[in-house]
Amino acid sequence: MDKAGRLQDLPVGSSEHPMRTAVPEFPEARLRELADRYAAAIAAKRRRVWLGAAVLIAVAIAAGWMGEVSLGNFVENFWRFPAYFVSIAPKFSFATAWSDLADWLWGLPRWARLLGDTLLIAYMGTLSGALCGFALCFLASANLVKSGTTVFVTRRVLEFFRTVPEIVFALIFVLAFGLGPLPGVLAIAIHTAGALGKQFAEVVENIDSKPVEGVAASGGSWVQVVRFGALPQVLSNFVSYALLRFEINVRGAAVMGFVGAGGIGQDLIEAVRKFYFTDVSAILLLIVLTVMLIDFLTERLRHRLLGLEGSTR
Amino acid sequence: MSSFSFENRAGIAERYPDVFRTDWWQRGRIAILVGGTVGLFLFGIVQLDIPFNRLSQGMVRLGEFVQLMLPPSPGSWAEVLKYLHALGETVSIAFLGTLGGALLALPVSLLAARNVVANRIIRLLTRRGLDTIRGVDTLIWALIWVGVVGLGPFAGILAVICSDFGTFGKLFSEAIEVADKNPAEGVRSSGGNHLHSVRFGLLPQVFPVLLSQVLYYFESNTRSATIIGIVGAGGIGLQLAEQIRVLEWQKVSFLILLILVTVSSIDWISGKLRFAIIGKRTVA
Repeated sequence: MDKAGRLQDLPVGSSEHPMRTAVPEFPEARLRELADRYAAAIAAKRRRVWLGAAVLIAVAIAAGWMGEVSLGNFVENFWRFPAYFVSIAPKFSFATAWSDLADWLWGLPRWARLLGDTLLIAYMGTLSGALCGFALCFLASANLVKSGTTVFVTRRVLEFFRTVPEIVFALIFVLAFGLGPLPGVLAIAIHTAGALGKQFAEVVENIDSKPVEGVAASGGSWVQVVRFGALPQVLSNFVSYALLRFEINVRGAAVMGFVGAGGIGQDLIEAVRKFYFTDVSAILLLIVLTVMLIDFLTERLRHRLLGLEGSTR
Repeated sequence: MSSFSFENRAGIAERYPDVFRTDWWQRGRIAILVGGTVGLFLFGIVQLDIPFNRLSQGMVRLGEFVQLMLPPSPGSWAEVLKYLHALGETVSIAFLGTLGGALLALPVSLLAARNVVANRIIRLLTRRGLDTIRGVDTLIWALIWVGVVGLGPFAGILAVICSDFGTFGKLFSEAIEVADKNPAEGVRSSGGNHLHSVRFGLLPQVFPVLLSQVLYYFESNTRSATIIGIVGAGGIGLQLAEQIRVLEWQKVSFLILLILVTVSSIDWISGKLRFAIIGKRTVA
């Protein structure tokens, strides 16, 4: 130990140092102090984690009481969950596989048309919502609009559009416009305008201010500043966000029919409520496949877009 | 310098022909893109048989509804208590759904991450499974669970757990895959086994990111938990759908206001918590 203490006192760079690559050893007291400090830090961290876990569990129990969680009910009835999937599964036998398949997908022409409608509802809703969001986002960006009131009001309007769930808009619109795809399109459009308006505004607020100032300095009007200073910087991001929103809206449009706002949802909820078991699985499968396909396509498109943006910079 | 004034545009154009040349290829592509977009929209109008005469009538009726909505009013204090209880159910559904979904998704997301499980088949199966679960909307899960455990918020909780399981599985596995691999290698090289390297090399890095994603989804789940009542899975959506059906517009607007306030406050709280956990960096 004495030797170790002596080594500590020697400057490491000096030629008298016998082994310059040696790991420095600390005296016992110093080591103990460090170890104690480490233990204390770990203990404090552990206490924080346990405290957090305790709070989380307490809140979860309170929420469980509020949400009428009943483990007895769950254990007793859980078998129904897999049993449901078994009962909606199509009946296949080897001998008659093809006619079984035809039986299972008997409604394919109708369902395909309804799925097409669903996609169109999502598309039209996304496009019109994106255009509204596009028009509003510049008004909600603090770096382009001088008036604080305009920014504040636009932001609150966007927040309202996006916080009220689209199904609620659809419920109200069905009463105003009648059953059919129109309320679905409008509901998705409003929700999309709110969601995209916010994301667009965030993109616009993060742009490089130099082009904007440049256009303003050479005498451009507000519209010209937006068109030539801001727009070229944000367009690829906007399209990427809109595509992502389209993906989300396809899922949303699939359930619009639950409240009578068009698309495949109407047939699905009817099949569920009337226990047309194999229809449920057929429609669910078609929805899942469509959603996956759309996810795949939009992802490819978005990667290409963002890649393009990277190459031009 | 005078040659750069706008009067001398022809001169500038002559000197920099590349900048001023009309790029017909580019213009054609833009025209096709815009034309296709608009064309598909018009096709949609025809295919969906959008009735324009009902559009204007509907707008008038919508205006009437909005007039009837003002001022928002719950009717009576008994109603207020009922609505607050429903709101509590909604928040519980969102909270327990998010928590349960995250807890279930964590082990599965490890299976779907390339740097944890080297086996391609396991990874592929897990991913496709998660995609399938994600492809089914929360409302559909709610329909199924209502059939299993009966009407009420418990079915809503289970529905949110299911749909979040798919979402978190994907998000978590992506977060795990982009993690720095040096700490994990450090653990391996000092003698730890594979599990040690995941526990001590990987999880500590990704945990804050995962937590922030969970908090973000808590807010978004509050929105979706407000509507699953429409299919009978508890919460404020049940009340809202009911009041819309019986055209009690003042109660409708009161409920919408209640939802707005709740979602914004949860947004605010989860934002604060997220910043506290990961610092000023925003994680979507």
